[in-house]
Amino acid sequence: MATVIVDGQEIEIGADERLNCIEAARRAGKEIPHYCWHPGLSVVASCRMCLIETGQRDAATGKVTMVPKLVPGCQTPVKDGTVIVTESQLVKESRARVEEALLIDHPIDCPICDKAGECLLQDYHFQHGQAERRADLHPFTSRKRDVGPTVTLFVDRCIMCTRCVRFTREVAGSAELMVTSRGAKEEIDVFPGHPLANKLAGNVVDLCPVGALGDKDFLYQQRVWFLKREANVCGGCAAGCSIHTEHNQDTVYRLKPRENPHVNTWWMCDDGRYGWHHLHDDSRVLDVMRRDAGSAPGSATTLEWADVVVRLRDDLKAAGRLAVAVSPMLTVEEAWMLCAVARSIDPQAFLAVGHVPVVGADETFPGGFTIRAEKCPNQRGVAEVLALYGAGGNTWDNLVAHVAAGRADAAWITGAYPGAWIDEAAAAPFAGLRHLVVQDLFDSPLMQLATWRLPAVGFAERAGTWVNVAHRAQSFAQAIRPPAGVWPEGRLFWNMLGRRGLYDPVAVRRQMAESSAAFAALAGDLPAVGVDLRIHQLA
Amino acid sequence: MKPTDPSIVWLEERPLGLAERLYLPLFMQGLTTTARHLVSPKVTVSFPEQRPQVGNPLIYRGVHRLNRDAENRVKCVACFLCATACPAHCIDIVAAESPWPDREKYPESFQIDELRCIFCGMCEEACPVDAIELTSLLDLTGKSREEMIFDKEKLLSVYDMTKDAEPMKSAELGGTL
Repeated sequence: MATVIVDGQEIEIGADERLNCIEAARRAGKEIPHYCWHPGLSVVASCRMCLIETGQRDAATGKVTMVPKLVPGCQTPVKDGTVIVTESQLVKESRARVEEALLIDHPIDCPICDKAGECLLQDYHFQHGQAERRADLHPFTSRKRDVGPTVTLFVDRCIMCTRCVRFTREVAGSAELMVTSRGAKEEIDVFPGHPLANKLAGNVVDLCPVGALGDKDFLYQQRVWFLKREANVCGGCAAGCSIHTEHNQDTVYRLKPRENPHVNTWWMCDDGRYGWHHLHDDSRVLDVMRRDAGSAPGSATTLEWADVVVRLRDDLKAAGRLAVAVSPMLTVEEAWMLCAVARSIDPQAFLAVGHVPVVGADETFPGGFTIRAEKCPNQRGVAEVLALYGAGGNTWDNLVAHVAAGRADAAWITGAYPGAWIDEAAAAPFAGLRHLVVQDLFDSPLMQLATWRLPAVGFAERAGTWVNVAHRAQSFAQAIRPPAGVWPEGRLFWNMLGRRGLYDPVAVRRQMAESSAAFAALAGDLPAVGVDLRIHQLA
Repeated sequence: MKPTDPSIVWLEERPLGLAERLYLPLFMQGLTTTARHLVSPKVTVSFPEQRPQVGNPLIYRGVHRLNRDAENRVKCVACFLCATACPAHCIDIVAAESPWPDREKYPESFQIDELRCIFCGMCEEACPVDAIELTSLLDLTGKSREEMIFDKEKLLSVYDMTKDAEPMKSAELGGTL
């Protein structure tokens, strides 16, 4: 154990921990302001905002020897006996001077800058800056430069922390961004002919401590103080990145990565970042439609959800042998309830994991971030649930073969896929069934064949637990309400099981944790970073 | 604030003095006020035949207008500060990239629900470019709720209508133009 003294307060750090002064001070509850330092990037110590006083306490005599000048906290590692002073007059004056220097030619266009409200320059100016501006420069506008298909650079707002440049070099590995010119004329730019077009490009906008890098998808859409955020999990691929869904009045405006050392560290990919637009697509299926078995496809009528609970069960019971595809887009709670519903209708119901969309191959970036080819968030979780019902290992192909062989009279296909996933040829085996229930976000050739068309909900409209490719289970709450009238899948299954009250995914999760060893890790309140499902099996 | 808050100072009512206990002096005082109003000039006007006098148009809080700049464009930069300040949530703005090179964004749509508005003037106070102002127009009527939702064109037309009688306030108040 090593002892570090932060502003007179002694804190203990682990013997093998390698912390810098910013991290050590954070343990003591002191925030050292910084722009250029980021835990996920290399240290350049160029912004000078984290200058602090340090010293060394002699272990034998207890005498403290201070370093005679200010040192950058980000670049100074702590060891046993390190003394950190973050609140002295010298440090405060230094911070005020750095703030003043940064603001000399920073355009004061906060009212029209999209970063206003979450801008470090603003925050630090209020905390550490001085009220008056001694320079008589009053730049009001910023030059704008297109650096890539998704990112705009507001050149004059930049404070040259170079976080974005280091990100493209160290994490994305494509190194599109660079610094041109020198001194006060320094600017961020792209190399000619190489726009910022890598799949992690959106992260530079999150990294930017000021409003210099703007996300074209979000630019001018909303002021950040109107947004509410919900800790969520990205449903774009099997990696299951921790995210914040930022929304206002049931409309998602942007997704931001949420720090999770076990999954995505600080980053997320652009596929996931912009992968919420389908939620607000006008072509979503919103009405429940039903037609009698054997009737013409155009004869479907609209039903109320309350009727679905009773009539769906009756229809499927009357049809006979049931096959159910449990979509890997569903949460484990929903999958568990769906299996219970299916087995209560037909005790011999054939259960299988729904279609698993795969696009290309896994893509790993030099920084270690991986985008998975498997474009669904919960294949592992659904497979675990099916194993509880004795249907482990059943895949979508098994289900299609089962139906094609005429061993089912009715099928219930859950989807909730964000895009097209099945063509007419693949849907053909389902044509001869007495009843076909399709629950999906968008119309598809399969849904055209359906006798029951049920709407599904998208990722931010769902609550529950997903298990990612590394068997890490992450619970999340619903961020926005689905379009008017649409029931999330979980609510339908909950009601079909005859359970009372409002659908409560946490209650279902607790029940699953109590009743099965595979999900024992889900007991109690899960931490924000999730738990490893195999933790109890390994022990 | 709770009644137990330490910053509250609790005061005892002071006992009545002799004049107050005698009743008649206070009674006469009240009657004097009544008599003074009987003979003073009338402030009631027969609206709408007779228009009320607006004391100081600079601080009067009537119908909103959206000012135009020197080139006749809407002055608003769509910063949403008025919508943020509005306690009645009656301002709805849709921002977009501006078609002009000297401006970054502008309001694609700007709506004020005049029925929801409580005419507090916070929007005018919040505006960093003096684009939204409250005029001294005080009779605000419409035949439907939809008609009372003023869009950008209507708010600009209020400016065109009132700009001669009421020049932009900012110049006189020393603000930015």
